[in-house]
Amino acid sequence: MTGKNPTRADAAAPEHEAPAAEEVSTLRLMATLTVAGALAGLLIVLVNLHTKPIIDAYKAEQLQQAIYEVMPGVVHYETYYLVDGALSLKIPDGAKESEFKRIYLGYDANDRLKGVAVSRGESGFQDVIQLIFSFDPATRKLLGMKILDSKETPGLGDKIYKDQAFASQFFIGLETPLIPVKIGAGKGLPGEIDTITGATISSKAVINIINHGLDEWVPILERGIPPAPEISGKTETAEAKTGTKEATQ
Amino acid sequence: MKKTTPSQDFIRGIWNENPVLIQMLGLCPALAVTNSVKNALAMSAATFFVICCSSVLVSTCKRFIPNEVRISAYILVIATFVTLADMMLQAYAPAQHKELGAFIALIVVNCMILGRQEAFSAKNNVFRSLLDAMGTGIGFTIALVMMGGFREILGVGAFLEYPLFGPNFEPWVVMVLPAGGFLTLGFILLGMGYFEQRKKAGQADKAEQTA
Repeated sequence: MTGKNPTRADAAAPEHEAPAAEEVSTLRLMATLTVAGALAGLLIVLVNLHTKPIIDAYKAEQLQQAIYEVMPGVVHYETYYLVDGALSLKIPDGAKESEFKRIYLGYDANDRLKGVAVSRGESGFQDVIQLIFSFDPATRKLLGMKILDSKETPGLGDKIYKDQAFASQFFIGLETPLIPVKIGAGKGLPGEIDTITGATISSKAVINIINHGLDEWVPILERGIPPAPEISGKTETAEAKTGTKEATQ
Repeated sequence: MKKTTPSQDFIRGIWNENPVLIQMLGLCPALAVTNSVKNALAMSAATFFVICCSSVLVSTCKRFIPNEVRISAYILVIATFVTLADMMLQAYAPAQHKELGAFIALIVVNCMILGRQEAFSAKNNVFRSLLDAMGTGIGFTIALVMMGGFREILGVGAFLEYPLFGPNFEPWVVMVLPAGGFLTLGFILLGMGYFEQRKKAGQADKAEQTA
């Protein structure tokens, strides 16, 4: 019905035009806005068709970069989805990709499992902090961490990614779970992280995201890590399997 | 309305009727995203795009827009261009888009833009509306860059991310926090008011002397 209205009203428009000061029919008011709305929608859809692929590609690229960044020495990785409590390379048919939690398994040049990366978010001080971290599934030791998205207070909370002194604490081989401590109050225990003065909530949020992520994924990984997908021949795959056995111990 | 020349239409928005500093319009983005010059520039560019496109479209279509629904029509036009600007920024300047966040979408409710449509574009031809919009857009840019520069220099010790004072500078963090926006705007307006007053006093003196 709305499809018909505008055309009819458009044809009638010039007649109404002359006595501008007089009352305009409701139909014409509706028609004007309908036509304008339809045109606006059309324009937005057209631009969206053009920009959506660019935006998606950028996001995917950012994530890929981050995955390699937090897992040093990793040459390629596979995305596994958590389907019914088990890791799977594929999602069930007809399901949406975004509905599944995922984990990235990173392999070195010999197809040996080097580490797993997890991207997750939790509430910080202002908004959800989204970060990616990686750990060695065998030892639960940290491999790296990178903040992907945060709206923390400029000058205070944003130090979680702008302050090298904080970020550099998440070094390779750090014991987990992480323990937040005030600067100078640490007891030298493994896994201690100095929180940022003035941004304790943001710092603790980062630590919690990693600890909760470990709690969430380690039991799943302990149930079994899928072997490296066959890519570069049989010998490497065999090697990768032994690597997996070590990892599951 | 007083008759103006096209050049007056253009210049008016830049200084004499600067939207932020004189008309006090569009203060929300002026306070919110001026914590760095880069953000101020990105915001200004998006606003400039929206106000120019909206003014051209509104002045072109003014004959077809019934008086009763003109405000909703203007908002619709503005919202469309804001959405386009939002999507294009996200595609081509994703880092800036991330920084500005929700404030891009909030350009829709920037009364500076709606004000120009209602006060100027709805009554003037396309060419003059475009000049007026460009002037207003440039005036907005000047105000935002001024605030952004002030806040970034004091709050970060840098201009356009180029460090100015060396590593020993202790940044005045409050300047990049929301409070710093209010302080900056207050001081800029104070300065403008002071000079305005002096100018008036000078003119009064001159008038006295000639009399």
